[in-house]
Amino acid sequence: MAQPKSMYKPTKRGGGGLLKVLWWQGATLLNPHFAVGTKDQDGSRFFYEPLASWDADGNLKPVLAVSIPGREDGTLAPDGKSVTWKLKQGVTWHDGKPFTADDVVFTWEYAKNPATAATTNGTYKDVKVEKVDQYTVKVMFEKPTPFWADAFVSTRGMIIPKHLFADYSGDKSRDAPTNLKPIGTGPYKFKDFKPGDMVSGDINMNYHMDNRPYFDSFEMKGGGDAVSAARAVLQTGEFDFAWNMQVEDEILLRLEKGGKGRVSISPGGNIEHIQLNTTDPSVEVDGERSSLKTKHPTLSDPAVREALSMLVDKASVEKFIYGRTGNATANFVNNPEKFRSKTTKYEFNVDKAADLLEKAGWKKGSDGIREKGGKKLKFVFQTSINQPRQKTQAIVKQACQKAGIDIEVKAVTASVFFSSDVANPDTYTKFYCDLQMYTTTMTQPDPEVFMLQFRSDEAATKENKWQGRNITRWRNQEYDDIHKAATVEIDPVKRAAMLIKLNEMVVNDFVVIAVVARPAVQALSNKLVAQMSGWDNNTWDIQDWYKEA
Amino acid sequence: MSRQYLIRRLLIMIPSLLGISLILFSVLALAPGDPFGELASNPAIPPEVAAALRAKFGLDDPVWTRYLHWINAMFHGDWGFSFNSRMDVDTLIMQRLPTTLIVIGAAQFLAIVVALPVGVLAATKPYSVFDQVANTLAFMGFSLPTFFTGLLLILLFSVKLEWLPIVYRADLNATGAQWYWEQFKQMIMPVTVLGLFQGASLVRYVRSAVLDVIKLDYVTTARSKGIGERAVIMKHVVRTALIPVVTLVALQLPIVFGGAIVTEQIFRVPGIGSLLIASMLSNDTPVVMAVTFVISILVVLFNFIADILYGWLDPRIAYR
Repeated sequence: MAQPKSMYKPTKRGGGGLLKVLWWQGATLLNPHFAVGTKDQDGSRFFYEPLASWDADGNLKPVLAVSIPGREDGTLAPDGKSVTWKLKQGVTWHDGKPFTADDVVFTWEYAKNPATAATTNGTYKDVKVEKVDQYTVKVMFEKPTPFWADAFVSTRGMIIPKHLFADYSGDKSRDAPTNLKPIGTGPYKFKDFKPGDMVSGDINMNYHMDNRPYFDSFEMKGGGDAVSAARAVLQTGEFDFAWNMQVEDEILLRLEKGGKGRVSISPGGNIEHIQLNTTDPSVEVDGERSSLKTKHPTLSDPAVREALSMLVDKASVEKFIYGRTGNATANFVNNPEKFRSKTTKYEFNVDKAADLLEKAGWKKGSDGIREKGGKKLKFVFQTSINQPRQKTQAIVKQACQKAGIDIEVKAVTASVFFSSDVANPDTYTKFYCDLQMYTTTMTQPDPEVFMLQFRSDEAATKENKWQGRNITRWRNQEYDDIHKAATVEIDPVKRAAMLIKLNEMVVNDFVVIAVVARPAVQALSNKLVAQMSGWDNNTWDIQDWYKEA
Repeated sequence: MSRQYLIRRLLIMIPSLLGISLILFSVLALAPGDPFGELASNPAIPPEVAAALRAKFGLDDPVWTRYLHWINAMFHGDWGFSFNSRMDVDTLIMQRLPTTLIVIGAAQFLAIVVALPVGVLAATKPYSVFDQVANTLAFMGFSLPTFFTGLLLILLFSVKLEWLPIVYRADLNATGAQWYWEQFKQMIMPVTVLGLFQGASLVRYVRSAVLDVIKLDYVTTARSKGIGERAVIMKHVVRTALIPVVTLVALQLPIVFGGAIVTEQIFRVPGIGSLLIASMLSNDTPVVMAVTFVISILVVLFNFIADILYGWLDPRIAYR
C-alpha cells in the first residue's frame, strides 16, 4: 500500500503552545474499550494508539506498527487466515515501561472477555492472537478473512498497557484506576479529566515519532451546543477546532465570514436514507407487527417502490437543506471510491412516477389518492425529530401528493426512535410504519459488515428483540449468497465487484432510497493544519496537528 | 421553640424524602430511552455486548428490585455508578460542585446585593421616578429568559466587541493575578445573566415587604420621636421587612447547589446543571437520580431551616 507523503512541517518537538479543541458532547470516559460514542474514542486517542489508522481515502497508515501487513512480504497469509503485525521497537508507555507484543496480546484478552463488558468485544471475540516474538504478533481467523484490518486498528484498536490493566480484566474492569487516568503511548500525557467537561494533557517528550507533537499541551472542552461551538472557532477564534458541526450549512457559511476559521468536509460512510417496509405494519402476527410472515400490501409492488424513488427530490434536499453537509446520491454505499457503483442513477420526476403508477393499475379515486383492488396508496412516514429531517419529509410529502400518494408524516423524539427499548412501538428497529428515514453509518472503509443489514438472517424480529440489523426485513436469496461469498473472497478485485453488486441490488430493487451522503463536518481555525478522516476518529492523527506560523 | 417540635419536623422529613425518591425513581424507570441505545444502533457492536452491559448494571431487573437496591446503597453512602463514565456518581458530582458554588453562588450574591438597596429605596419613595425605573427594569428582568439575555450578551461582548470569552473553562492555565483576571472575565456574563434574572424578582419582593411595614403605626411613632429618617428605615423598617425576605432567600439556596441548566449550557459552565442535562440526554439514570435526589434533600432541608429561621427572627411566631 502506497503511503501518502507526510505534510508535516515543524522541525522540532513542542513549542506550539496550547491546543484548544471543543467537543459539544464531551468525553465521558477515557478507556477506549469502554467508549460509548466517538467522543470517548476521540478523547482516548490523545493518549492511546492503535497499530494502524485509516486515512481520509480509506487506506491504512502505521502508528505502532512498523508497516502495514501485505501479501508481498508474507505478513498477510495467502489463505487469508492470518495477519502478522511487526511492532515498532523502542516505544515506551507514558510511565516509562516498554511497549511490546505482550501488551497487544493482552488488549485482545481484555476485550474478548465478555465479563470485561468492553464495547469493542465484537472485534476481538472471534479472532485468536499469538505472540510470535517480543515485537511480532499474529492475528488468526477461523475462516479466510479478506477484511482483516479490524482488530488493533483504528477506533476499536487502541492498545492498552498490560502492566496496568492485567489485574483489572473481566469482572473487575470497572475498578481499574487507569480507566480514569490513561497511560498510553500517544503524543500527549494525561493531566486532568472531568467527565463531560474537560480532558487535558501535556506533551510526551518521549513520543515515538520524530518532531512530534507540535503543541505543548492540549485542552478538550465539552458541553454546550453545535452552533455556539462553531461560533467559538469560526467567529471569535477562541478555540482551534470544533467537532461534528451538526449545523445548517447556511449558518456555517455565515459564521465563516467571520474570517477566523474554516469548515472541513471529509467524505465518510454516513448515508441519510429512506427505508421501505417489506412487511405489513398494520397486521399483528404472534404479538409483533411488521412480522416476517406478512407482506406489505402496497409497497410489495415494484412499481410503487420505483415511483416513490422518483418522488424524492434529492437535488432540492441537498440545495435547500443540507448544502455542503449532504450530497444527493443514488447509492447506499458511496465511499471509499473503490466500492462505489458507477451504474446506478436517480431522477426526480413526478409525471413519470404518476405514469408508472397509472400503468401498473393504480388509479386515482375521488379523493385524489391512487388505489387498486380496494388498497389505497397511503403511507405513514416516520423519522426522528430533527429540523432537516422534517423539512425533507415535507418535500417528499408534497411530491407524493402530486402523484396521488398520501403521506402521513410522523416525527419521533430521537431518544425514543434510536433506543432499543423493547416495550416502545416507535423505535426504528420495530419499524411499525411504511417508510422511515434516518442516517446509518458505515464505520469502516469496507462495506462488508455494513451490508449485513440486508441479509435475511439479520431481520429484526420479536424473537431477537429487534436487534437484527435488517430493519426493512427484505429477504433475497441471491443477496445472501453473494454477501456470504464476499466475506471469504480473498481476491480484492473480485470481492469489491461483489460488494458493489450488493449495493446495486438494494438500490435497484428500491429496498431503500438513498437521499444524501453526509460527510463529516468539522470547524478548524485558519492556522490549524489537521487532516480529517471520515473513517477514523477526529483525533486519528493528533500527533500531526500543528499551526501555521 | 420546643425540642419536641424540632424532632417532629426532622422525623417528617424522612417519609417525605422516601416518597420523593420513590416518585423520582418510578418516573425515571417509566421514561423512554436506554443508556446503551447508542451501542445498539451501532452496527459494529454485537447485540450481546449491549445485553451483557444491561445485565452487568442490573437494568434487566424489575423496577422495584432496582429501587430497593438503590435505596439500600444510598443508606450505605453509595450514590450509584454512572453508566456513561463508569465511575462513582459522587465523584462526578464533587467535580462539578466547586464551579457551581462559585458561579451560581456569585449570581445569588449579586442578586441580593442589587435587590436589597434597590428594593428598599424604591419602597421609601413609592411612585417616584426611581421607583418607576426600578419597577420597569425588574419587570423586564424576569420576563426575559436567560437563554435570550445570554445570547444577547455573547453577541455584544464576545462577537462584536471581543472582550469576553464565550466558553467557561474550569481549569484556567494561568497563575496569580492573571488567573484571577481571567476567572473574573469569564464569570462576568454567566453571573450577570443569572444574578440579574434572580435579582429582578427579589427587588419586587423586597419593595412590597418594605411598603407593608413602612405604613405601620410603630414606624410613625418612631418618626415622631424625632429619630432621623435614615435610622427609622434601617433600624425599624428594614429589620422587620426582611423577615419574609430571609425566608425567601433561604428557600432559594438549594438552587445554588442545583445549578442553572440553561445558563450553564449556554456558557458551557461545567456545573451540576450541565451534568444533569447531559446525563438526561444520554439516559444515565444513576446520575440523574442522584442529582435530583440531592436537590430534593436540599429543598426539604432548607424549608426546614427557613421555618426555624422565621421563628428565630420573629419571636411572635411560636412553635409547638
